[in-house]
Amino acid sequence: MLDKNGIAKRIAQEVEDGYYVNLGIGIPTLVANYVREDISVEFQSENGILGMGPFPFEGEEDADLINAGKQTITALPGASYFDSATSFAMIRGKHVDLTILGAMEVAENGDIANWKIPGKMVKGMGGAMDLVASAENIIVAMMHTNRAGESKLLKKCSLPLTGVGCVKKIVTNLAVLEVVEGGFLLLERAPGVTVDEIKTATEGNLIIKGEVIEMNV
Amino acid sequence: MIRKTVANVTDALAGVKDGMTFMLGGFGLCGIPENAISELVKLGVKDITCISNNAGVDDFGLGLLLQQHQIKKMISSYVGENDEFERQMLSGELEVELTPQGTLAEKCRAAQAGFPAFFTPAGYGTEVAEGKEVREFDGKMYILEEAFKADFAFVKAWKGDVAGNLIFKGTARNFNPCMCGAAKITVAEVEELVPEGELDPNQIHIPGIFVQRIFEGKDYEKRIEQRTVRQK
Repeated sequence: MLDKNGIAKRIAQEVEDGYYVNLGIGIPTLVANYVREDISVEFQSENGILGMGPFPFEGEEDADLINAGKQTITALPGASYFDSATSFAMIRGKHVDLTILGAMEVAENGDIANWKIPGKMVKGMGGAMDLVASAENIIVAMMHTNRAGESKLLKKCSLPLTGVGCVKKIVTNLAVLEVVEGGFLLLERAPGVTVDEIKTATEGNLIIKGEVIEMNV
Repeated sequence: MIRKTVANVTDALAGVKDGMTFMLGGFGLCGIPENAISELVKLGVKDITCISNNAGVDDFGLGLLLQQHQIKKMISSYVGENDEFERQMLSGELEVELTPQGTLAEKCRAAQAGFPAFFTPAGYGTEVAEGKEVREFDGKMYILEEAFKADFAFVKAWKGDVAGNLIFKGTARNFNPCMCGAAKITVAEVEELVPEGELDPNQIHIPGIFVQRIFEGKDYEKRIEQRTVRQK
């Protein structure tokens, strides 16, 4: 079974040379730590930076330089700043190649819910609805089950939706799955995890074709 | 040259009244119009509608207006860092319209650019789309979103000149440029106000035509919400 860093490490393998990538808050942020060093990738943060670098050294924090999680960051050589409308033109206009974000629930038709628990948490969708509605290449990074042990890969989302039919790939602590016609196609299993364990943890229809390989992380 | 300078924040906010709709720039606490917010608290205007990506934190930014119960309605995309906001929203004291971030930015830009509305895919099939016109273009579904209508836009820039030209710094730019010229009156506060001719016209982000009033702000706190660092 993978931990959060393991999930990030596996997702980093999906990042290709020349990609502009938007990383969501949480596990997706960790992906930047594991991208191969021999490829050129630029990270976009929707509050208005392309070419986002690591956290600043202590004492070098700049209140005018943050990421979408409101954390202090740095800008790499070649970076640019822009306003919010331009930022979402990059996203809506499909100029960003890969979007990685977290989710509370994903349905077997690719629906995603990650912004609201009615009557409980009120945070808002931020840029998530724009990202999922526009991006062609979306990877969801999440734990396979919630804290109560219930599956987050469902036949149908129970929470208010963020987007419909948009998720293509999911990487969890147990597996890599692809959303295909009829359900979740099991592509890879995490080290030490059996297909039966994944089946038990998946409420939506799990499609298994032949031998399922173990992830290389 | 047309001068846009006003003497101070009090003059800059002349005409502000109860029940008005304001746009406020900033992302989190980054690039917020600190001086205008302080003055709104001082003026004590009530029943206002605020269009702002976030709602500040409990004791800073728009949180200061929430504490005084001056806000009737918030239009934002993300309000996760403010307990008082959540309390007022769940108790029904505060009306909240949560809007996808890109849609929020574009509703500002549309108002600035004279578009009454636009189609966006963001929010299609979700509760955001309820009651909105839906249309298909090239096999994909979009919803119709209308431009904002606001009385004042309060923005914060790094440098500005007496003609109202603005230059922003880093990610403090965010929603600020989109809101310039998107309300009846745009008030810009800057860290440094310079005479005409001192800013290179090639480097100006927002031309002065979008700004009605400009002043040099005071005592910027520029609070950092999440201080994250690495070791040398």
